[in-house]
Amino acid sequence: MHIKIDEISKQFGTTAALHPVSLSLPSGALVALLGPSGSGKTTLLRILGGLEFPTSGRVLFDGQDATGLTVQQRRAGFVFQSYALFRHMTVFDNIAYGLNARPRATRPTKAEVARRVTKLLDLIQLPDIGARYPSQLSGGQRQRVALARALAIEPRMLLLDEPFGALDAKVRRELRQGLRDIHDTTGLTTVFVTHDQEEAMELADLVVVMSMGRIEQIGKPQDIRARPATAFVREFISA
Amino acid sequence: MSDAAPLTWRPATDETPLVRGVLIASVLLVLALLLFAPLVTVFYEALRKGWWEAVTSLAEPEAWSSIRLTLTVAAIAAPLNAVFGVAAAWFITKYDFRGKAFLITLIDLPFSVSPVVVGLCVVLTFGANTWIGGLMVDAGYPIVFALPGIVLASMIVTFPFVARELIPVMVEQGRAEEEAALTLGASGWRTFWTVTLPNIRWALLYGVLLCNARAMGEFGAVAVVSGKIRGQTATMPITIEMLYNEYLSVASFTLAAVLAFLAFVTLGLKTFLEIRHADALAASRRH
Repeated sequence: MHIKIDEISKQFGTTAALHPVSLSLPSGALVALLGPSGSGKTTLLRILGGLEFPTSGRVLFDGQDATGLTVQQRRAGFVFQSYALFRHMTVFDNIAYGLNARPRATRPTKAEVARRVTKLLDLIQLPDIGARYPSQLSGGQRQRVALARALAIEPRMLLLDEPFGALDAKVRRELRQGLRDIHDTTGLTTVFVTHDQEEAMELADLVVVMSMGRIEQIGKPQDIRARPATAFVREFISA
Repeated sequence: MSDAAPLTWRPATDETPLVRGVLIASVLLVLALLLFAPLVTVFYEALRKGWWEAVTSLAEPEAWSSIRLTLTVAAIAAPLNAVFGVAAAWFITKYDFRGKAFLITLIDLPFSVSPVVVGLCVVLTFGANTWIGGLMVDAGYPIVFALPGIVLASMIVTFPFVARELIPVMVEQGRAEEEAALTLGASGWRTFWTVTLPNIRWALLYGVLLCNARAMGEFGAVAVVSGKIRGQTATMPITIEMLYNEYLSVASFTLAAVLAFLAFVTLGLKTFLEIRHADALAASRRH
């Protein structure tokens, strides 16, 4: 799905988290929102997912105005920073949550839910952990379960907030490839937020560099490396 | 330095055995004097003239009606305060708004105000000579000197318990799990029942049990609003006092023993649930 952000701004009280920003994300792209903390990248992601509403501006999905859509109507698969797995549910129930939350008319049968959850557990290469609780999983496993739970609702896009932030360096590299593979299999437009320029450059097709609520530069990783548009970008990517 | 006496190393946070012994002994002494001795005395006094005397004193209509009244009041006040406490804690922890600190202080108010003053406030607000109180009397449902007033006073006094237990838990858990449920398509209502409530159930249960214990034992506020009508609006604590003042010590202490026993049941219930669900409890804390 093609995502267009049209002059979006966001005020929190008197502070501006986002100055009007515009951005067009091609369908099926893997996009990184890169910037230091306080740059507005997470706010932008949450606006896309419908968890935050912009002060002004519009969001368009495939050319249709989606600004007024509720978080439920957005159907965005969202992976939270610390994964926000339901701690009192098994992995199976976590992944099945979105399917069971559908209105009765469109809710899959029990057998169908089980079939889909099993398929997703295979996709994240953790076929045997359905009966476990989140507290019994490693950080990397939790991240993959969160990804499977987001994919279960057959989302229109995938939004990830610092998906590798809480992991050690080795697991981080493995899971980067995992996200790349899942993106390539599903073909979903995927946006992830990161403060790690190496991660953004290595994984994304398109990198959006942000600072202080503004977009500094949009481009392919190699173009940003070769021609940083501003002094901030030059400094940030060399760090 | 080779002839120096070998040093014995203690962890930095440890005390010497002497200090430890003194501390433990003084705690035990205070517990024995302030908690166990009075409790034992209550049961001793109740059974001084034998089991039969004690049991028959409970069968007196006055005693029996006070037990029923106290249980009724607790059965209404505790669930209502559970609902209000969850609503208050939800509102305070899930939304940002001006005057939040003030609202939290306001919730704590019943802890700092004397229960007698609370009772007086109920009388002055809902008494027969007030507008709303008069209306209710005309309709045949007086508030003061009747069950509604006692429930109301008990609810005010026990209001903070549930919210106080829930707020720290809900602050610590944050909003992420609820947000996750919403992005997965769940409605606000479904999110509350399937995510919020299961996550706070232990704190909620603990708050309700405390609320219940306090509601059963409340004296000051109820003394003012109930009018202490024998066999009608006298709760267990009120009846205990009245019997004691009439030198009916067996009856008075027996009723006191029953009240203490109800508190033990509450505590026992909590411990039982904690043991039974130890796994779930540990899992929800560890994550």
